[in-house]
Amino acid sequence: MTMPLTGPLLSVEDLVVEHRTPGRPVVRAVAGASLHVAAGEVVGLVGESGCGKSTLARAVCGLHGAASGRILVGGHPVTPLGLRRRDPALTGVQMVFQDPYSSLNPRRRVGAQIADGLRAAGDTAASPADLLERVGLPRAFAGRYPHEFSGGQRQRVAIARALAARPSLLIGDEPISALDASAQAQVARLMRDLAVESGAGLLFISHDLSVVRLIADRIAVMYLGKVVETGPTAEVWADPGHPYTRALLAAIPSPDGAGVLPAELPGDVPDPADPPSGCRFHPRCPLVMDVCREKEPGFGPVACWLHEPEPSSPS
Amino acid sequence: MRTESRPAALSIEGLRVSIGGHDVLHGVDLAIEAGRVHGLAGESGSGKTMTGLAVLGLLPHGSRASGRIAFGGRDLLEMPVRELNEVRGAKIAMVFQDPATSLHPMLTVERQLTEHMRHHLGVGRKEARERAAGLLAKVRIPGPEEALRRYPHQFSGGMRQRIAIAVALACEPEVLIADEPTTALDVTVQAGILRLLRGLCDDLGLAVLLVTHDLGVMSAVADEVSVMKDGLVVETGPRGQVLREPRHPYTRSLLDALPVPPGENSP
Ligand SMILES: Nc1ncnc2c1ncn2[C@@H]1O[C@H](COP(=O)(O)OP(=O)(O)OP(=O)(O)O)[C@@H](O)[C@H]1O
Ligand SMILES: Nc1ncnc2c1ncn2[C@@H]1O[C@H](COP(=O)(O)OP(=O)(O)O)[C@@H](O)[C@H]1O
Ligand code: SF4
Ligand SMILES: [Mg+2]
Ligand SMILES: [Mg+2]
Repeated sequence: MTMPLTGPLLSVEDLVVEHRTPGRPVVRAVAGASLHVAAGEVVGLVGESGCGKSTLARAVCGLHGAASGRILVGGHPVTPLGLRRRDPALTGVQMVFQDPYSSLNPRRRVGAQIADGLRAAGDTAASPADLLERVGLPRAFAGRYPHEFSGGQRQRVAIARALAARPSLLIGDEPISALDASAQAQVARLMRDLAVESGAGLLFISHDLSVVRLIADRIAVMYLGKVVETGPTAEVWADPGHPYTRALLAAIPSPDGAGVLPAELPGDVPDPADPPSGCRFHPRCPLVMDVCREKEPGFGPVACWLHEPEPSSPS
Repeated sequence: MRTESRPAALSIEGLRVSIGGHDVLHGVDLAIEAGRVHGLAGESGSGKTMTGLAVLGLLPHGSRASGRIAFGGRDLLEMPVRELNEVRGAKIAMVFQDPATSLHPMLTVERQLTEHMRHHLGVGRKEARERAAGLLAKVRIPGPEEALRRYPHQFSGGMRQRIAIAVALACEPEVLIADEPTTALDVTVQAGILRLLRGLCDDLGLAVLLVTHDLGVMSAVADEVSVMKDGLVVETGPRGQVLREPRHPYTRSLLDALPVPPGENSP
C-alpha cells in the first residue's frame, strides 16, 4: 500500500499509554514519548526491559489505545482496533513480534499464511515460496506447519509473512531475541535490507545495542516511558549525551579477551506506577543535580538538564 | 587465581548423542572446574544445547547417549533415574535462554523458589521464604517481598529470566549450566547477571558452563573457552588465548565476523 506522504511516515507525539489492572495502580507504561520514522529509514528503539517499548509498538499498531498524545501513520491518526473495522491508517503497518508463535497460526501451513499477506497487498506476481527464498529459507518449506521449524526459521517465516503485505511501516518488537544466536545479526540485516529496498520505514525495537548499531540509521533511547535521547546512530555511539545512554553503552562487554566485567548501572529499575519526581533517571544518575529532583527535563534531543537547549542559539 | 590441580567438577568425555538415528554429537570432551566459568561458543545447531541437556538427562525422546559424564565420582549416563533426579535441579541446575522453559506459569514465584529448597535442602517455610526474597534481591527484582506473591506472566521478559536464574540457584548447586542466559536481557541487567555469576563462582566455588554466542560476554566472564562445530569441540583454551590468538579457523571466522568492537569509540 502506498500512502500520500507529508512529513514523516510515523510520528509519535507526546504519547501516553496506560495499563489498567483492577486493584492495582495505573501503570503509565508510555509517559509522554515522541519519535519519528521517515520512509526508507531504520530507527532503533532501545531501552531496558519494562521501559515501555512494546507498549509503544502496540499502540502504533492500534492494539492499545492512547491516553493522550498522537500517533500519525502517513499523516493519518491511528485509532485503536477492537472496533469492527481495521483503521485505514493501519493497512500499511506490519509487526513482527518477539515470539513468532503469537503471530503465526499453528494449524495452517506457512505458505497459506504468507499467501494471505500477498493477497492483502494485491500481489499476484510473487508466490509464498519466493518470499521464503527472500528470507533465506528453502522454497519447499511453504508446505510446512509452524512447529516444523526451528525458532530462528520460524522468525524468518514471520518476517516473510509481514513483508508479503508490502508494508510501508514495518515494526519489529525484539524480532531477533528468540533467534539462535548466530542468526541474530543476519536476520536483523535482512529486515533492514528488505524494508529499505521496498522504501518502507522500519522501527526496530531491541535491547541488543550491538545489533541496533549495525542496522539503525537513528536510535531512540527510552527510559521509564520516555524517549530520553534521539540522534543518528553513529553520533549517539561516539558521543552519548544522556547519562542513561552512557550507562547503556558502558554495559556492553567488549570481546577483547581481557576478562573485564561490564559496568553495572546502580539502583533498581523503578516502578512505572510510581515514577521518581523530576528527571525519571535521577535516583540512578551519577551526575544528579538539585534541579533534577524537582523539574522534569521535557525537551530533546537529550532530555537531561545537562543538555538544555539554548533558546537563543540558532538550530 | 588459576588452580590447575583442582579436579573437574564435571567432566564430559567422548559424549556421543544421536536423535532418531541421526548423530548430533560426535564425541564431545569438556571439563568444568569448581570456581571457574567455562564458556561454550559455536555455530547454531553445533550441539551446545544438546551437550547441556545430556548432562541433565533431559535429551529429547528417541535420543541415545554414549561416552561418560563424570560428576562426583559417578557416571551420570549410568545413573538410575531416581538418583539422577536428586542430582538434577539440586546439584546441577540449568538456565535456558527462554525463561518460559524454566518457570511454571501457574505457580507463584515463591513456590517455584521455595519448593526445591525445602525438598532438597530441608529448610523450613519461613527460612525458605527469606532465602527466596534474598535470591530475588540478588538477581535485582525490585520489591522482592511483593514479587514473591506474583506469577511469572506478571513480569517482563527480562525479569522472568532473572527469576529463572534465581530458581536455578535456589538449591545452591555445584554446577550451573546456563544456555544463553543473558541473550534475552538488557545489557545493564546482563552486566548485573554476569557479575552475579562471576561472584557465585568466586565466592561459592560454583562451576559454570556458560553457553553464549556473545564473544563480549565470553570475554567478560569466562575463564576457559571452548568452541563447538558440527557436534565436536574444535578448540579449548584460556579466554585470552582463544579470543586473541585462536588456533582453529572456525574460531577465527567467528572473531572476524564481529562488528566493530562496540564501545570502541565511546568515551
Ligand atoms: N528435538 C530434536 N529432534 C531432532 N533433532 C534435534 C532436536 N533438537 C535439536 N536437534 C538437532 O541437534 C543438533 C544440535 O542442536 P542443539 O540444539 O544442541 O544446537 P545448539 O548448538 O544449541 O544451537 P543454537 O545456537 O541454535 O542454540 C542440530 O542439528 C539440531 O537440528
Ligand atoms: N498488559 C499489561 N497489564 C499491566 N501492565 C503491563 C501490561 N503490559 C505491560 N505492562 C507494564 O508496562 C510497563 C512497560 O512494559 P512493556 O511495554 O512491555 O516494556 P518493554 O517492551 O520495554 O519491555 C512495565 O512496567 C510492564 O510491567
Ligand atoms: S537531568 Fe539530571 S538526573 Fe536526569 S539524567 Fe540529566 S543529570 Fe541525570
Ligand atoms: Mg517488550
Ligand atoms: Mg541452543
